[in-house]
Amino acid sequence: MPPAPGARSIASGGRVLILTLTLITLTSSLLATDPGPGSIAPPTLIMVNDLDYDNGESLTISWVPSLDDVPGQSEVVAYRILRSSGGGQEATIGTVLAGESTFVDQSVNRDSAYVYRVATIAANGGEGYSLPTDAVVPNREWLNWDLVWLFLACLVLGGSVVFFIETARRGKKLFVRKIAGLEAIDEAIGRATEMGRPILYIPGIQDMDEVETLASLTILGKVSRQIADYDTQLFMPVARSLVMTAGRETIKTSYLEAGRADAFNEDMVRYITDEQFGYVAAVDGYMVRERPATIFLLGAFFGESLVLAEMGNSVGAIQIAGTARPPQIPFFVAACDYTLIGEELFAASAYLSGEPRQLGSLKGQDVGKGIAMAVILIGVAAATIAELTGSGFFAGVVSTLQNVFTTR
Amino acid sequence: MRRSTLIGGSLVVVFFLAAWLIKGAGASGESPYYSAFLITLAAFLTLAVFSFLYADNPVYKFAEHLFVGVSAAYWMVLGFWQTLVPNLIPRISRALSEQLELEYIDELWNVLYVIPVVLGILLLLRLSRKLGWLSRYAVAFIVGTTAGLNFIAYTRSNFMAQISSTFLPLVGDWTSWAAFVDNLSLSATGPLALLMANIVVVLGVVCGLIYFFFSREHSGTFGMASRLGIWILMITFGASFGYTVMGRISLLVGRMTFLLRDWLGIIAS
Repeated sequence: MPPAPGARSIASGGRVLILTLTLITLTSSLLATDPGPGSIAPPTLIMVNDLDYDNGESLTISWVPSLDDVPGQSEVVAYRILRSSGGGQEATIGTVLAGESTFVDQSVNRDSAYVYRVATIAANGGEGYSLPTDAVVPNREWLNWDLVWLFLACLVLGGSVVFFIETARRGKKLFVRKIAGLEAIDEAIGRATEMGRPILYIPGIQDMDEVETLASLTILGKVSRQIADYDTQLFMPVARSLVMTAGRETIKTSYLEAGRADAFNEDMVRYITDEQFGYVAAVDGYMVRERPATIFLLGAFFGESLVLAEMGNSVGAIQIAGTARPPQIPFFVAACDYTLIGEELFAASAYLSGEPRQLGSLKGQDVGKGIAMAVILIGVAAATIAELTGSGFFAGVVSTLQNVFTTR
Repeated sequence: MRRSTLIGGSLVVVFFLAAWLIKGAGASGESPYYSAFLITLAAFLTLAVFSFLYADNPVYKFAEHLFVGVSAAYWMVLGFWQTLVPNLIPRISRALSEQLELEYIDELWNVLYVIPVVLGILLLLRLSRKLGWLSRYAVAFIVGTTAGLNFIAYTRSNFMAQISSTFLPLVGDWTSWAAFVDNLSLSATGPLALLMANIVVVLGVVCGLIYFFFSREHSGTFGMASRLGIWILMITFGASFGYTVMGRISLLVGRMTFLLRDWLGIIAS
């Protein structure tokens, strides 16, 4: 059946339009590019973007790959990125493989203007150059607005801690639930005293820039105070020199507080080695030879946790362990008498001291956990309703919450 | 030294000397006796450490002291040449940088590097009885900075990231019988398995959080949720335990392979 006259006219008009567009594309392509030897098609639409919220130290160059850059074919091998600044000579600053379409230039200086070109490099040696971009200046942003929700979260958490510390200071009694591992500290030190054998305190193998080490040293302060009262022998081998310094200070202060300054000896804390398993070899040797009655393993541990805990178990010591490293907790649970799991390690110092300042801090952290739980329940409920009903509103709630709690 | 120890030690030395000479005679390459010596020494130290499984003994003590001494010195040298020298020298002295073949970094901020130098010197003042107290300033600076930096890092990774990963739906596509039957697939990547995973994640996070509430008595419903939380934690620890033990076994296999293949040549490469 012949097409209707109207349809014919539309089809004819369509052909004219396609022809015109093709001519425009070809012309603009010829005008916008400068094909080199081998005349390979250059990349097009070169865009240069300044990275948001950075220190003005990088620009991102992106492009539409060359028409000759076809996946599975090896006509194009790479793209070369060229840069010039202040009218100076153009230089190659990097090369990426075929198929890629972005390059991050991290060698820029803040407040200088840069012009880029991207060249297609063909397998036969030919090159196709794009036209230069407009000059772009990398800028520094003083505030990172991506982190505004993180800032608010820190403000809320920090604020609640400060609030409860002040509340505790004013005399309000704050409740802390029993933590079995900490209840056993008295028993453990008493046992060592009765048996006349030493107490071994292992603060983990990390440095002072690790919160678990800090928590461990805080507990050490309380434990060593009691040890000083009981006049029991204490030995603390360390794997970091700074921990040795801090450990000695902590124990010395405890002994002074107990009125036993004469009993303090710097050799109670001894540096062994930074090497993980060298440290383990030495501590294991000490356990077998000196047979400590009580062993504290509190701090940041890695692969050595099982070796140390097993050895302590085999010499019959009562062991109180604690770490916030999830992969190491199972070993302590299996081989030690009491284990402080994660957060319990950080709560220990407040629990042991009973100081209003520390108890207030603990209460403030609990507020943070309460907020986390409430937000999670709201998010889960919204996600569930959105899944059940297909409601756009609830899907929006989930999306908003995701944006708030996802930090880049 | 006891006579039995002396005899035992001598026998060990003779055995490993013989093993070295036999391995060296059978080895090929540029310096067969040297490479045989290194392999035999490594085998000796491996077996010396393994001997601790039987009991503490002088051979283990030798390996232990050697390991501790060598590693302590090694880390000190490493800390000096890889941390102190490349980070400090190129920013404080052009002449020293040239001497050590380092590229001098001429920046306005170089003056700030005086701060760590001063803090480092303060730490070393511990060796002085009179001025030892000054080292506390350096330690206090490290502790304070650590606490501040970690507060942000942990709030981001352990608080916000954990919350955003828990916004999961607790139902699948159960709107029709057909969808219900489809979802009954037992595939590990099927919708039913994913739904179960979502439930465990949400329950685990909420009950785990409840377990770590310290300022409230764990009794009644709160106590039940807390107990469920610790159960979930223990099951996780059990799985983690098994997984890590498998990793340790592979370490043992690595050492046994070294002894049987590289040293004794009993098993083929």
